[in-house]
Amino acid sequence: MEKTRNEKAWFLVLPVLVLVAFSAVIPLMTVVNYSVQDTFGNNVFFWAGLEWFKETLASERILNALGRQAFFTAVILAIEVPLGILVALSMPKRGVWASVCLVLMALPLLIPWNVVGTIWQIFGRVDIGLLGHTLAAMGIEYNYTQNALDAWVTIIVMDVWHWTSLVALLAYAGLQSIPEAYYQAAKIDQASRWKVFRYIELPKMSGVLTIAILLRFMDSFKIYTEPFVVTGGGPGNSTTLLSIDLVKMALGQFDLGPAAAFSIIYFLIILLVSWVFFTVMTNLDKKEGK
Amino acid sequence: MPTDTALAQTRSRSMSLPRINGRAVVMVLYLAFLLVPIYWLINMSLKSNAEILGSFSLWPRNLTFENYVTIFTDPAWYWGYINSIIYVTMNTVISITVALPAAYAFSRYTFMGDKHLFFWLLTNRMAPPAVFALPFFQLYSSVGLFDTHIAVALAHTLFNVPLAVWILEGFMRGVPKEIDETAYIDGYGFGRFFVKIFMPLIASGIGVTAFFCFMFSWVELLLSRTLTSVNAKPIAATMTRTVSASGLDWGVLAAAGVLTIVPGALVIYFVRNYIAKGFALGRV
Repeated sequence: MEKTRNEKAWFLVLPVLVLVAFSAVIPLMTVVNYSVQDTFGNNVFFWAGLEWFKETLASERILNALGRQAFFTAVILAIEVPLGILVALSMPKRGVWASVCLVLMALPLLIPWNVVGTIWQIFGRVDIGLLGHTLAAMGIEYNYTQNALDAWVTIIVMDVWHWTSLVALLAYAGLQSIPEAYYQAAKIDQASRWKVFRYIELPKMSGVLTIAILLRFMDSFKIYTEPFVVTGGGPGNSTTLLSIDLVKMALGQFDLGPAAAFSIIYFLIILLVSWVFFTVMTNLDKKEGK
Repeated sequence: MPTDTALAQTRSRSMSLPRINGRAVVMVLYLAFLLVPIYWLINMSLKSNAEILGSFSLWPRNLTFENYVTIFTDPAWYWGYINSIIYVTMNTVISITVALPAAYAFSRYTFMGDKHLFFWLLTNRMAPPAVFALPFFQLYSSVGLFDTHIAVALAHTLFNVPLAVWILEGFMRGVPKEIDETAYIDGYGFGRFFVKIFMPLIASGIGVTAFFCFMFSWVELLLSRTLTSVNAKPIAATMTRTVSASGLDWGVLAAAGVLTIVPGALVIYFVRNYIAKGFALGRV
């Protein structure tokens, strides 16, 4: 649609601007403010320059958290994207069963994040949980509160459980937009199932898949509640992801300066990725001629 | 077109026999994977604590609704739900009210800085709440709003306003501009046109947006927990604090969890065709 140029449209976006300035800009300025100052208490602050940033970037603890975060995100993407595509391809295309599948699949997406944590916390316990109990009965030693590997497996399976449906639903929406004629043409050409997927379905899904991957990337990068409820970042620090570490620092120890510098670096990473996301989406919109 | 349907039928018939089975197996396994943990939560919520800890069974042997009774009779529990519903509703109303005109502006006009503004809104949806927890705490404490519903509602606008603007913009783009122009020619002012003609046209879009604002505010824990202590304490915080305090009352904890799933489960059927759109910020 051709848009008209109209500077008065600013008045329409003004309420949003004021509100978001209050809920985002002011807090962010506080963070910037703390990140360059130091204090000995009593609300007396003095200039610390880039000291906190240097400290943050050199801190082994934070770099480890970043490494764990990157690993977590990579693993869940590697599982959720192919699995989501597989599920989308397996879904009924129309009718009652399509609705049933949509509703059941969306269910985990709508559960409060701490309840997701609670569900898996209970489910994995050896004494009262179905999963933990079954594994124990099979003679597999599994304890997510003691063993770091078990803790990791638990939070990854939990995230796959929680978010694969998002990838599947988006991929499904992409598949629905393929006209039946494409399949008929493929049939006439006697294309194999793989070729139908590779040359018809995958290209048609590429737009929504990009969105799905980027959403999953960003949301998993800021994950806090679910692993916090299940493992609390433990055992030790083994599942302490970026947000868990940051909250510990900012609200637990009240280390304002370092926490603020950490926040800004964290935020910049997300900002960079958001920009990539935005560019990709605007280009997709253009390609589809919207 | 008879030939088309015939072709389609041949296609589905010849390809279906081996494939349908494989697809059904994948779907059944996946849905089982999704539903078994939820079933387990429901199962536990219908057992007494003695039964949970005493014996292991796949279904409740002595069905009891005691855990639900505890929640509905203990103010500390049911107020958690009321608090959550209050701030979530406030947030939904605020988000949609401010997002409607903005989304209209983005869908219809170009103006100075529009692209930057649109992107800047997106960054707020992507911002980690952990970054904002401490500054929010200080900001709302300093203006005397700590532990009030409006504080949480305003804090959640951080990610819900961008979400609402983006989803609504996606729906508004689908409405042809000729409708606006005709209305203006017919002598409608902007306000009357927007409320009387435009909003009914995107009613489903507003409904879907409301659902997603409600949902994202409902599932969030970190900010709502940081900004409240007693008076506006959300159900999510009530749950985590109970775990850390006693760590024993599994039955009530499970029942509380089941009750938090109910609001989403009740309306999910109506938005089923828009779920992908909502989660993808209106871009599908």
